[in-house]
Amino acid sequence: MKKYLCTVCGYIYDPAIGDPDGKIAPGTPFEQIPDGWVCPQCGVTKEMFEEVK
Amino acid sequence: MSAVKIKEGVYWVGAVDWNVRSFHGHTFNTKRGTTYNSYLIVDEKIALIDSVYAPFSQELLANISEIVPPEKIDYMVVNHVEGDHSGSVPEILKYCPKAKVVGTEKCKTGMYKHYYGNWDWLTVKTGDKINLGKKTLTFVEAPMLHWPDSMFTYIPELELLLPNDAFGQHISSSKRFDDEIDQSELMDEAASYYANILLPFSPMVLKKIDEVVKMGIKISMIAPSHGIIWRKDPMKIINAYVKWAKNETTSKVVIAYETMWKSTELMAKTIGDGVASTGVGVVIADVSEVDKTNVIKEMLDAKGYLIGSATHGNDMLPQISGFLAFLKGMKPKGRIGAAFGSYGWSGGAAKSIEEVLTGAGINIVQPFMQCQFVPDKEELKKLFEYGVEFGKKIKNG
Repeated sequence: MKKYLCTVCGYIYDPAIGDPDGKIAPGTPFEQIPDGWVCPQCGVTKEMFEEVK
Repeated sequence: MSAVKIKEGVYWVGAVDWNVRSFHGHTFNTKRGTTYNSYLIVDEKIALIDSVYAPFSQELLANISEIVPPEKIDYMVVNHVEGDHSGSVPEILKYCPKAKVVGTEKCKTGMYKHYYGNWDWLTVKTGDKINLGKKTLTFVEAPMLHWPDSMFTYIPELELLLPNDAFGQHISSSKRFDDEIDQSELMDEAASYYANILLPFSPMVLKKIDEVVKMGIKISMIAPSHGIIWRKDPMKIINAYVKWAKNETTSKVVIAYETMWKSTELMAKTIGDGVASTGVGVVIADVSEVDKTNVIKEMLDAKGYLIGSATHGNDMLPQISGFLAFLKGMKPKGRIGAAFGSYGWSGGAAKSIEEVLTGAGINIVQPFMQCQFVPDKEELKKLFEYGVEFGKKIKNG
């Protein structure tokens, strides 16, 4: 599963860890995160994320 | 205030804002005013690190002119795009139009979206250097400390860190250094600054401090963009930041409320008596009367938050509502809370407070307590016990 980078603040979404505070369980691929979720670091939406190659 | 030499070839050339009492709009009450710190680095080449808020540009120019003619500036380093630091960049560049403007990529786009200037921009990333002669400017990107565009400048030959807003304090003074001012005032303002501005970025603070420590760089002076310069004891503020960033708390509860006819206030004080009887420290604040910046500062190291409101329009009162919105944005971690209030008939405030606190990541540890109109003797006993129960939860960790 790919990691995703927030292009605004540099936060890395690691699917192995998820975002428990944001109600995203470990093991959740980025694509399956609901649209309302925001970057826990800076608050921007999923559109500002890009796949880490 | 005149230019002040802080290290060999480095001068504070900023401005003191003695009278400002509202900062970041009205989100921070600068009860001690502030400063806009700008630093002139004089070597074979000359660099200016940050400028000052636009209304103070003439003071900046006068201070620079005490040392060198502003026309001689080769590099205008912009550590942060926000107007209280970048505001005089356009004015400075009128004197040295050929100077390179230096900053992160996000700072470049941010500066364009502020001033729409056509400047000779040099984008820098972590590890990039500019050799001025005997001194080298080294850059460290610091996204979200406290904006995406932020960076630090470091001069290794002088062990001098210029971290812009990080480690700052809103204090106006004729003194420039940490050892020259009252230490309790200094740490009071440093804590208030952290609680009201940096607390939400705590994970980034810990990562950045870790990164800087791992780089093995020696820091003997920290020169921030607001307040005094840490020359005697920079470790004091670094250690404080680590403590605050870990959300370390003490045996303390803040009771913040809004009242219509003093019943909710009576409840706050009675609950407060109960908490205090367990030995836990208590701070009580009517947010429509006191300095909210100071209440947030008290909440920085408080494990427990008790929030109260009378019911109005089936919900909580507007000032406590606004206060809680601000608190939520500060993202405090590892806190426990509960709600209370007096009501007339529908009583929606306390439930609403619980929902907001839960949404803010605060753990509700006992159900809300409400009374109709004025609490009677029985209810006052129950309120005292409610405080005792909450106090015990603080003590038992």
